[in-house]
Amino acid sequence: MPTIRASPSSELGAGGGAATAATARLAVRPHRRIVVGRRLAPYVFLAPFLLLFAGFLVAPLLYAFQMSLFRETLVGGARFVGIDNYVRAIHDRNFWDGIGRLFQFGFMQIPVMLGLALVFALILDSGMALARGFFRVAFFIPYAVPGVIAALLWGYLYGPAFGPFSQLSVAMGLGQIDFLAGGGLLPSLANIAVWEYTGYNMIIYYAALQSIPRDLEEASAIDGATALQHAIRIKLPLILPTITVTIIFSIIGTLQLFTEPYLMRNLAPSQINSHYTPNYYAYTEAFTSQQYNYSAAISFALGAVVAVASYGFMLLANRRGRR
Amino acid sequence: MSDTEGTGRMIGTGPTIGRRRFLQGTAGALVAPAIAGLPAAARAQDKVELLFWAWTPDTQTQVDLFQKKYPGISVKLENVGQGPPHYVKLRNAIKAGSGLPDVAQMEFNSIASFKQLGVLADLAPYGVGDVGPKFIDWTWKSVTDGGKIYAVPWDSGPMGLLYRADVFDKNGLSVPETWDDYAEQAIKLKEKAPGTFMCDFGASDAGWVCAVLWQAGWRPFHLDGTSIRIAINDDIAKKWAAYWQKLIDAKAVDVKPMWTTEWFAGFDAGTYASWVTAAWAPVLMQQSMKKSFGQWRAAPMPQWQKGGKVTSNWGGSTFSTFTTSKHPNEAALFCRFMGSDPEAARLWNTKQFLFPVLKDLIDDKELMGHPYDFYGGQKVNEIFVVSENQVDPSFEFAPFQDYVNQQLQDEMAAAIAGNGTLAQAFDRVQDTVVGYANDQGFTVL
Repeated sequence: MPTIRASPSSELGAGGGAATAATARLAVRPHRRIVVGRRLAPYVFLAPFLLLFAGFLVAPLLYAFQMSLFRETLVGGARFVGIDNYVRAIHDRNFWDGIGRLFQFGFMQIPVMLGLALVFALILDSGMALARGFFRVAFFIPYAVPGVIAALLWGYLYGPAFGPFSQLSVAMGLGQIDFLAGGGLLPSLANIAVWEYTGYNMIIYYAALQSIPRDLEEASAIDGATALQHAIRIKLPLILPTITVTIIFSIIGTLQLFTEPYLMRNLAPSQINSHYTPNYYAYTEAFTSQQYNYSAAISFALGAVVAVASYGFMLLANRRGRR
Repeated sequence: MSDTEGTGRMIGTGPTIGRRRFLQGTAGALVAPAIAGLPAAARAQDKVELLFWAWTPDTQTQVDLFQKKYPGISVKLENVGQGPPHYVKLRNAIKAGSGLPDVAQMEFNSIASFKQLGVLADLAPYGVGDVGPKFIDWTWKSVTDGGKIYAVPWDSGPMGLLYRADVFDKNGLSVPETWDDYAEQAIKLKEKAPGTFMCDFGASDAGWVCAVLWQAGWRPFHLDGTSIRIAINDDIAKKWAAYWQKLIDAKAVDVKPMWTTEWFAGFDAGTYASWVTAAWAPVLMQQSMKKSFGQWRAAPMPQWQKGGKVTSNWGGSTFSTFTTSKHPNEAALFCRFMGSDPEAARLWNTKQFLFPVLKDLIDDKELMGHPYDFYGGQKVNEIFVVSENQVDPSFEFAPFQDYVNQQLQDEMAAAIAGNGTLAQAFDRVQDTVVGYANDQGFTVL
């Protein structure tokens, strides 16, 4: 037979004591709860995020760092090697070639992408364009397209025999264009990245522009400024912090480039080798060469380069700002 | 209800056996022999469940056949990726220490790698050895090592030549029997029809490279315990590299990447007049090409020596089981069934169009004598049957073949892009692979 557990009210006496028990509860409990709640509430609200953060970011980082201090070989098993993997990464030509390639890529891609994003955002914000809602969505769609679809799409568009641009050029008598051959590969990949991320940056700029008060616009109109002057002289400086942030994000994203080379490799295997970008190099080292430890070291080395690059840019931006 | 508990005899009945007890006894006596006759699995209370990872389409058909024959074993089939992603998942499971399936598809060129990791189970103790003689000799040799059996052959890809009869006729080409002949025809084609190539040089697929080098006599790896002999840039490789370098420089062969839409379209459009390829290619071409229907033909693989009868293999898979499996007996039984059961094996050929590895099927003239309209009514498989019996069995893959393949692809791509010759590419691959082998603890001889 199940036993009846003692309920709190029974402590104060059953039956007739119930009413007094209830008011006693009301009197005592809420007071205590509020005091405790005020201190604990932030942590309670943060807990879900912190758990996921710890589990999916911090724990893997610690695990990867631990892996990077060891070496496991096909014959002989694992042993502790300290910073050997990092020394090897610093001397690895494949790693630095990849970084250099990405700086080139970045110089090509970031100005074009952010420039276009800015222009589109300013046009949309100025109220001169019709069907703004449609354009906002249309520009954003490439970002929403999965990378694999984008790769298939651009693989077709870039095709030297059956792609539309090449076919057009053949029809015009200029011969086939092989976008992915030789020096054209990096710009072609940059083009894909511009197509993918312009919309994303545009949305960020648009949101920043929307927060600029309307009376500034009226004031500058009264002072005789054209819409263009208002855009360049007033709006741009006001969203400069946002632009700085997007530049830093772009630098970080560029240095970690992986998806485009990975998906395009089948189309240009003679150009995109297993160490085309450092992130891709880390991937092939882990999953093809089975050198998990070295792969972890490369990832951290890449992280260090990203940190230096973005911090360096922030210093540059702050110095300019202070002058 | 509990009268007989503890004593087994009804209380108060003395030495006589109660009616219930008598029935219990006789029923037990009747059932026992029947139970003893069933396989161990069916005798157990729970059904044995096996996990099988494979990507070959419609494998469920053969899995169902197995489950029908062995009702005590249920098999769960999962497709975890075609080719490389499948191996990545296997390696992740090995590294994690858990999650390996009971049986997995294992291509011939990966057996050495997983054997090195020490995870392939030996099937010999489970009686799989007695189906050995049923398999084509080179396939059985590839899955065995001394007395141990590491896999059961599934399908193969003996090499041959597929060519466009219409392109050949139009340009006055004859079907080449030797590689020298092939080169001559290629140059001739290039002069007569610039823009049409004899073939596309398949440097982007290390599997093709290994297969054609295999035929030429290339034996780059020999593993003996933890000692390994590595001879990637030997004379045979250099001779082969010079041969293709000549054709590339003369622009008699194209250097586009394989397995792209453009590449398939190139075959269909007649840009590529031939393809030195494996027995699984004819059906593949039939499925992807419409314009060139009826124009293709098959011929034996070109030989390095006039009158030679040596071919090689590209691709092909086996069934492997792992040392972590909780049901090694049932897993071995499954491998053995899927590879050697006559009904299942016949279906692999007729339903999935895999090229067989069983002597019975290879020798079956009716099965292998099917005329293909795509090939102008030619009985294409007959060519590959002859090739299957000529595959040289002495080729060995590296215990880190993935790494070797990657290096081959990288360096040959660099050579094609203008960074030195193919021969120099082989030198670079030799250096990096020897370095890697030393790094990994092997003794390089």
